[in-house]
Amino acid sequence: MSTTTVAHHEEHADHPSGIMRWLTTTNHKDIGTMYLTFSLIMFFIGGSMILAIRAELFQPGLQLLNPEFFNQLIGVHALIMIFAALMPAATGFANWMIPLQIGAPDMALPRLNNWGFWLLPPSAILLTLPFTLALFGIGDGALATGWTFYPPLSVQGGIGVDFAIFAVHLLGISSVLGSINIIVTLFNMRAPGMTLMKMPMFAWGWLITAFLLVATIPVLAGAVTMLLTDRHFGTHFFDAAGGGDPIMFQHLFWFFGHPEVYILLLPVWGFIPQILETFSRKPMYGYKAQVYSLWAIGALAVVVWAHHFFTAGMPVPALLYFMYSTMAISLPLAVLFFCWIKTMWKGSMSFETPMLFAVGWIILFGIGGLTGLVLADVAADAQYHNSYFVVAHFHYTLFAGGIMGIMAGTYYWLPKMTGHMYSEKLGKLHFWLTAISFNLTFIPQFFLGLAGMPRRIPDYALQFAEFNMISSIAAFVLGFSQLLFVYNIVSCARGGKKATDQVWEGAKGLEWTLPSPPPYHSFTEQPIIK
Amino acid sequence: MQVLKKIGLGIAVMLASFNAFADYAWNFPTPATPMAADTLHVHNKFMTITGIIFIVVLAIMIYAIFAHRKSKNFKPVTDKVPSTAVEIFWTLIPFAILLLIDFVIMGIPAYHSVVMMENTRDKATMVIKITGSQWRWQYEYMDGDAQGIKFVSNLSTPKEQTDKGFKGVKDEHYLLEVDNHLVLPVGEKVRVLMTATDVLHNWWVPQFGSSRVAVPGFIRETWVQVEVPGTYRGQCKELCGKGHGYMPIVVDALPMAEYKLWVAAKKEELAKAAAGADKVWTKEDLMANGKTVYEKNCAVCHQVTGAGLPPAFPALTGSKIANGPIFGADGKYLKDGHLDRVLNGVRVMPSWKAVLNDTEIASVITYERNGLGNAVGDVLQPAQVKAARQ
Repeated sequence: MSTTTVAHHEEHADHPSGIMRWLTTTNHKDIGTMYLTFSLIMFFIGGSMILAIRAELFQPGLQLLNPEFFNQLIGVHALIMIFAALMPAATGFANWMIPLQIGAPDMALPRLNNWGFWLLPPSAILLTLPFTLALFGIGDGALATGWTFYPPLSVQGGIGVDFAIFAVHLLGISSVLGSINIIVTLFNMRAPGMTLMKMPMFAWGWLITAFLLVATIPVLAGAVTMLLTDRHFGTHFFDAAGGGDPIMFQHLFWFFGHPEVYILLLPVWGFIPQILETFSRKPMYGYKAQVYSLWAIGALAVVVWAHHFFTAGMPVPALLYFMYSTMAISLPLAVLFFCWIKTMWKGSMSFETPMLFAVGWIILFGIGGLTGLVLADVAADAQYHNSYFVVAHFHYTLFAGGIMGIMAGTYYWLPKMTGHMYSEKLGKLHFWLTAISFNLTFIPQFFLGLAGMPRRIPDYALQFAEFNMISSIAAFVLGFSQLLFVYNIVSCARGGKKATDQVWEGAKGLEWTLPSPPPYHSFTEQPIIK
Repeated sequence: MQVLKKIGLGIAVMLASFNAFADYAWNFPTPATPMAADTLHVHNKFMTITGIIFIVVLAIMIYAIFAHRKSKNFKPVTDKVPSTAVEIFWTLIPFAILLLIDFVIMGIPAYHSVVMMENTRDKATMVIKITGSQWRWQYEYMDGDAQGIKFVSNLSTPKEQTDKGFKGVKDEHYLLEVDNHLVLPVGEKVRVLMTATDVLHNWWVPQFGSSRVAVPGFIRETWVQVEVPGTYRGQCKELCGKGHGYMPIVVDALPMAEYKLWVAAKKEELAKAAAGADKVWTKEDLMANGKTVYEKNCAVCHQVTGAGLPPAFPALTGSKIANGPIFGADGKYLKDGHLDRVLNGVRVMPSWKAVLNDTEIASVITYERNGLGNAVGDVLQPAQVKAARQ
């Protein structure tokens, strides 16, 4: 790389151009852009999979998909959305914004950063390749077990399971590398005077996320490796005939899987308060309370996993413990909600697109949180579990709470990243279309679940027809509205009204002191925080 | 006034048309067991509480959204933290409310529900065992008069209706109908033992309020006490492969007297079937019976024509196993021979030993060897299967 031999340190902008720039880059902004672009592409791939499913579920009877293919689509949809759309989007923002927010010239470990990103495209290929291979008569398609890999179904499955296991390994390595980088950066590269308790909230959200990732990804990696040896090397970790237990896999998987929910949400809980304070023109309320709440949620996240499989059979004390500990998560969350709303209260609010998304996010994520509280109840969970009620619940947390949050962040920082203003009109249209069609997609699914429709079925009884039809139509509106999002981003990147340095009237923080777009190498001199 | 009347009429018409959509279900189905009644009660209570929280918080937020706007020249305050004692008090209130809701208002009834749900043994008057297999349920009565009754319950919706592209009228209970219903007496607490033969399944009848994962190699338990006679329908609720959407549950709850009659009739039917295993069958009878058994149990994977769905599910037409010898020179069945494969299974192929009786296994093997485009010519008698099991 050029930087190793070149003596002039004042200007490093002589990077390679074309494809080599992106392959070899160690610049946090380049890598952040690649993460965000990758995430957007995968969002559409995962989204088109679910639209195929909603088309199949439009009415009773099999119309388009075979049950085998249906099962492959649901699992790969989830893996792509979680690992290849939501997580990279959060990592992309971390790369772009954490150095800018803490006044650092770059991430602490730039080459590791590059490697972390370039592990993602191969793993996305691994995940989806079995679909293509099946077309040529090799294997029987992708993983058909749902994203949770539950054995013995996953032991029985075809090569798609092996591909998915290796994809998860690569994705996991990538996440752990990214997390290590963020932890090191946050602990070592903060501007002089920026104590931990002066860090921007987004940095806090990510710091806890990074610790959760480092703590839980190895458990997932272990669990899927045990699965791999069960499949091919004659071990019996999850086979009762050899002294194993299929339910043990669920414990291992959800020990990772539940923190994963907060891994997806904590970065969003970090930057939403920043958006709220910007557009309320009023400092964030209860900074310390929010930081402590984030820690409390991070700690609770790793001790509540078994509420994902209450119906698998557990002793009564275990059921009670997991029920009450799950309910306890609502306490720090209540503090967060209180602080968010108090930040808006008696502010001087204006509703540009990021604020619209942030406010819509609070309401919709609130529904996800409250239904989560209800789901914690063991007795009623026997009814909710694996029904469409759960599907609706986790889309309120992960689509509304995750992806709509990411959209708020995108509109918030896009002018900073590109140097241009996006179209406010299209942004607002995008918000309203997304919020309305999202609700019309998932509210009917709550009722479907209550009426007794299990999830992951390719065909359903006649009494579920009406709600499914509404849900499918709305899902297509939701899917196609996202084209507006892409159009808005692309046209903003290509040109438009020049953005000022501060971009938003109420924006505070180091990233807004730099020009828009920031120079390739920012903060060549460290800012001092008083 | 006229306007108000018109609006009132409009709302009335709207509500009436709402009722016309009888298929929209807004809550759990009518409970049929004490557990389901409790679940519904708990669910309604929690939904009301969370609904109130949601509406109150939303109202505060919406008020702020409209009142504290820049466009209305509202001047922002600069509070960062609660400073006065009054403010700290207000800040602690949401925390206190949730503490109360979580661990008292919701927590205490939830505790009692869990204890009731997990108490499978007290006052249970009978035991049944439910076994999930890809993709059917097997029921066995473990004690009392009905002890020894054991049968398999398969989806009975005609295959053409579930096939891709079916355009005609579907059955009323499309995908929720089976050939053999599970029959339970009304008012008795039935302890349910749950297991599986291949992968995880979950036996779920929404109106019973109980659902439990069936784990291969383990026994899980739950209980059911149906209070109202009637027919109840449910489905498997744990993804179990391509037939996951096609393994429904139908339960008939009968008053005790009728239940006893059913037990007697079922026992007689099973005795007849067992007697059939000792007689010598003609090839025609075996073929006819085998076709039925094949289409009910095997055609899901190996297809009605025997063409299979390679590579996951091999073809039977021209297959080495279906055209090879069944027995070795010593008179015992060959390992990896046709009978071995059906009895014991391998990888994805389930073991049928516990699911099909001797006559059914003999018939289906005879059918596979002499139908589906194969013509081996031999006949397997039920007595040979019976001997092979020992």
